Amino acid sequence: MSEVTAEGGHGAIPTGPEVPVQPRARAVQRDWPLYEVFVRGKRGLNHVHVGSLHAPDDEMAIDAARDLYTRRNEGVSIWVVRAVDITASSPDEKDPLFAPSGDKVYRHPTFYEIPDGVPHI
Amino acid sequence: MSAPTLDRSATGSPDEATLQEQFDATIAADRRIEPRDWMPEGYRKTLVRQVAQHAHSEIIGMQPEGDWLLAAPSLRRKAVLLAKVQDEAGHGLYLYSAAETLGADRADLTDKLIEGRQKYSSIFNYPTPAYADVGVIGWLVDGAAICNQVPLCRSSYGPYARAMIRVCKEESFHQRQGYELLMTMMRGTDEQRAMVQDAVDRWWWPSLMMFGPPDDESPNTAQSMAWGIKRHTNDELRQRFVDMTVPQAQALGVTLPDPDLAWDADSGHWRFGAIDWEEFRRVLAGDGPKNAERIARRRAARDDNAWVVEAATAYARKHERGAA
Repeated sequence: MSEVTAEGGHGAIPTGPEVPVQPRARAVQRDWPLYEVFVRGKRGLNHVHVGSLHAPDDEMAIDAARDLYTRRNEGVSIWVVRAVDITASSPDEKDPLFAPSGDKVYRHPTFYEIPDGVPHI
Repeated sequence: MSAPTLDRSATGSPDEATLQEQFDATIAADRRIEPRDWMPEGYRKTLVRQVAQHAHSEIIGMQPEGDWLLAAPSLRRKAVLLAKVQDEAGHGLYLYSAAETLGADRADLTDKLIEGRQKYSSIFNYPTPAYADVGVIGWLVDGAAICNQVPLCRSSYGPYARAMIRVCKEESFHQRQGYELLMTMMRGTDEQRAMVQDAVDRWWWPSLMMFGPPDDESPNTAQSMAWGIKRHTNDELRQRFVDMTVPQAQALGVTLPDPDLAWDADSGHWRFGAIDWEEFRRVLAGDGPKNAERIARRRAARDDNAWVVEAATAYARKHERGAA
């Protein structure tokens, strides 16, 4: 029998190479656009990315996000934004974008030596 | 998400050996792989299969219990069951969302499920003829799912691990409502107690099968564990589940239908009898009591509601931002 793994949450399922993974264009075009969802957990906190969903427009994306991501009072405010409207930095961990801050250790308080006897600093 | 990237690197992209090295280093350091990281094709495909089929299981998993929504005996039980079934829909959507970060597509995955090209857990091909089945599914089936899912909160793929954290928080309610339902019935009439025992008899072995074939028949487990996708073997998780469940069965006052079930003081584990893997293979291959019905219902949900998708799309186009 084909490879079966239990790591499908609710039970063992085939995960061998016979299971197709490539999407077909026909199905993709039929679906609503993808939105990324950000939730403010409570007053005083930033909005945090929690996942995504498909919705036909902004208003229904908010309603769907409420039902999907805040069923147990997880939020007091929701942002939704179409995934295609997000611009991101390169995912590479060695991205030169972040290089300028890499060698500036003097921006951290621990860079400076202060004698033990000096109070409140 | 597949956001466009600002490419400021002057040197062009690193070669595959370097990328593989960075990937291996991330896994070795037990850090998470994130959606737009380079990853080996085998890792991506394994994850798409696993996450998609996990999602399918949640979505199909609404059906066996959904049948009891109108028949549950009180408003309280109806409200609880409705919340639970709604959670299963939510879990399915968290997981489709995670699968989409790997380049999969929700509508396409649904098509593959309906066409039988991707599977869902065989546990949902068993019928739910009695209300006690709702309780036993919560206790045993969701209990087994928790055993599987808790280690997945540390899965090496970030979006999958984060989806699992949300899911696990909610599964705890599922298991407890099931157990409480059974306790209530066990305090009831002889007929109710018999109903609980009958449901336990029917669900115990399929629940043990949820963990998959024994380790010596799972040749790819090693690769999945090396990638940090899988954290424990099938047999380890099954043993953990049995050890957790036996005392719960005793507290409930039901008998688990296994004459070989016995405490082994040396190992500190409950030993259990042989599992009928023939039945498992039969149900997985499509010959379970409910396979055809489950898929037919999912197909009807997609096809009968297609007009809603189209109407909402048409409305959105008409009111598009910036449109006159």
